[in-house]
Amino acid sequence: MSWLAGIRIALRALRVNKMRSILTMLGIIIGVGAVITMIAIGSGAQAQVEEQIKSLGTNLIIVLPGSVTAGGVRMGAGSRNTLTEDDGYALQREIPNVQAAAPTLRGTGHVVAGGNNWSTVFYGITPEYFEARNWTVATGRGFEAADVNGAAKVALLGETVARSLFGESDPIGQIVRVRKVPMEVIGTLERKGQSLQGQDQDDVILMPITTARNRVLGGSGVKLRTVGSISVKIRDGVDMAQAEAEMRTLLRQRHRLQPAQDDDFTLRNLSEVLGAREESTRIMTLLLAAVASVSLLVGGIGIMNIMLVSVTERTREIGLRMAVGARAKDILSQFLVEAVTLALVGGLCGIVLGVAGSFAIGHFAGWRTDLNANAIVLAVGFAAAVGIFFGFYPARKASRLLPIEALRYE
Amino acid sequence: MDEALITTRELTKVYRMEGYAVTALNKVSVDIHKGEFVAVMGPSGSGKSTFMNLLGCLDSPTSGEYWLAGEKVSELSGNALAAIRNRRIGFVFQSFNLLPRTSALENVELPLLYSRVSAEERHRRALARLGEVGLADRAHHHPAQLSGGQQQRVAIARALVNDPVLILADEPTGALDTRTSFEVMALLQDLNAAGMSVVLVTHEHDIADFASRVVTFRDGRVMSDKRTKPVDAREKLREAQATLETA
Repeated sequence: MSWLAGIRIALRALRVNKMRSILTMLGIIIGVGAVITMIAIGSGAQAQVEEQIKSLGTNLIIVLPGSVTAGGVRMGAGSRNTLTEDDGYALQREIPNVQAAAPTLRGTGHVVAGGNNWSTVFYGITPEYFEARNWTVATGRGFEAADVNGAAKVALLGETVARSLFGESDPIGQIVRVRKVPMEVIGTLERKGQSLQGQDQDDVILMPITTARNRVLGGSGVKLRTVGSISVKIRDGVDMAQAEAEMRTLLRQRHRLQPAQDDDFTLRNLSEVLGAREESTRIMTLLLAAVASVSLLVGGIGIMNIMLVSVTERTREIGLRMAVGARAKDILSQFLVEAVTLALVGGLCGIVLGVAGSFAIGHFAGWRTDLNANAIVLAVGFAAAVGIFFGFYPARKASRLLPIEALRYE
Repeated sequence: MDEALITTRELTKVYRMEGYAVTALNKVSVDIHKGEFVAVMGPSGSGKSTFMNLLGCLDSPTSGEYWLAGEKVSELSGNALAAIRNRRIGFVFQSFNLLPRTSALENVELPLLYSRVSAEERHRRALARLGEVGLADRAHHHPAQLSGGQQQRVAIARALVNDPVLILADEPTGALDTRTSFEVMALLQDLNAAGMSVVLVTHEHDIADFASRVVTFRDGRVMSDKRTKPVDAREKLREAQATLETA
């Protein structure tokens, strides 16, 4: 008997008990749909983390000022102004493994442009910042050494700020007042999206570090040339631990620390944090898929159950088929094909459900979902395997019936 | 074996129950020739059904030999028996045993499904056989849409479709009224007249009368084996129709 004829017989048998077949398939439909949706959610999260890593730069080390220890109470990283702009220049100059070191000042403030205003974050930076943070200027121009040296009143706007202040019109050449200091917009920044913590990285204004310090922030920082952080990009292929050690040695030297003294700065390797994050989303994906597979397994048990019922109900049919010449293996394959057809039709419906589910979750919950061809093939393959595995026992039971007994079965 | 279609020698079947054994068939030796119309009779428990199952290769004997068309089938098992059933024997059952929700045509095609015949060929042969039993116009009806007599004729077409050497009919009229019984018997007689060997199991004497030889079983043995002049089923059918019309 050909496979095609077998599938036709199976489809007819399944049509006879439509409701029963659909309910049985539902287990597989939900299972396959769940596996596909869960993997889509998982790989969406994974891709998001990967993108964040990429946007941060994979070999970025952030240097933060050290902590203040007052009466045994340690105040945490950044509580003391130990880091200076010159530390940044020294890192750039003296460590060959450093590709770019960008001392950065951070401040918050109110920005006014024409009739619009906006509260945002501004960074005082040096031209190295763009290289260190893998950021580029979308329109207009970036900063030059002259801008930094002359504390030029120029600014670059992040996408969010540009949109909030200028809407659709071109901000270049316009004047914005940051904490009442007027500066000319010379460009806009490439869109960067959300950070790991969910902050909008495009809600930012960049200006030369000197402008930020001398004209906007003012205060004690002017004389000390302290900075909030230094972003350091290590050259490709360089061992991060080694680069960190070199940086630590240099900074300790510059800060004149005795061997017994703790560091008065902190080195943070963000890609490590992200790597761990990536690993955890990967595990989450696996877990989600595993949980979803359980429902596929339950669906398989449903198939076995219904096939056992079907074999009993159709004992006389089996007897007749044997009487007219069906061999044991014909009967075996008939019921196996039936079980696999149930599983596969369920699997195909499950794909539709899974794809729809992924889109729905992407659309309504706003989560990123990545539909994965591998996941679809895997889920349907798994469904077919479930059909074979759980269909085999009932099919074998059918094929082992004795023709006379099956024929006389009431 | 010259021209004997069926030869059994000391064919024995013993059913083992819990602790004791029942000899259903006890050293039965029978020869049936090609073209014979044999009725197998006997009360329940006489062994006629067991004999039928063995002839039909639905069961294997405990001991003894059985040749069918020159082939020693008593030693075959499993797939080989399935192949014999498929190609050599056509079954007709008391309860028709048609597949429900399946057209008459597809029911007739069923044996060909298990013998590597192309779909077109299956179709052609099944349709031809349905024509022979007078149901060509019912080919796409389901069993539920057919009368009992029509269903049994579909079953006979199915029995014939793979050109068997033997038709085995197990109480083929058991579920039919008298007039339809005559119809079915007339059909079997026609087939026999065309050269088909028929073995019929029945416990009704009027039905056995249509055969040309009656083998009677009792307690697992052949009690009598007589050749008779068969009653013409068509004649009886005409009589029955006449009484029906006058009534």
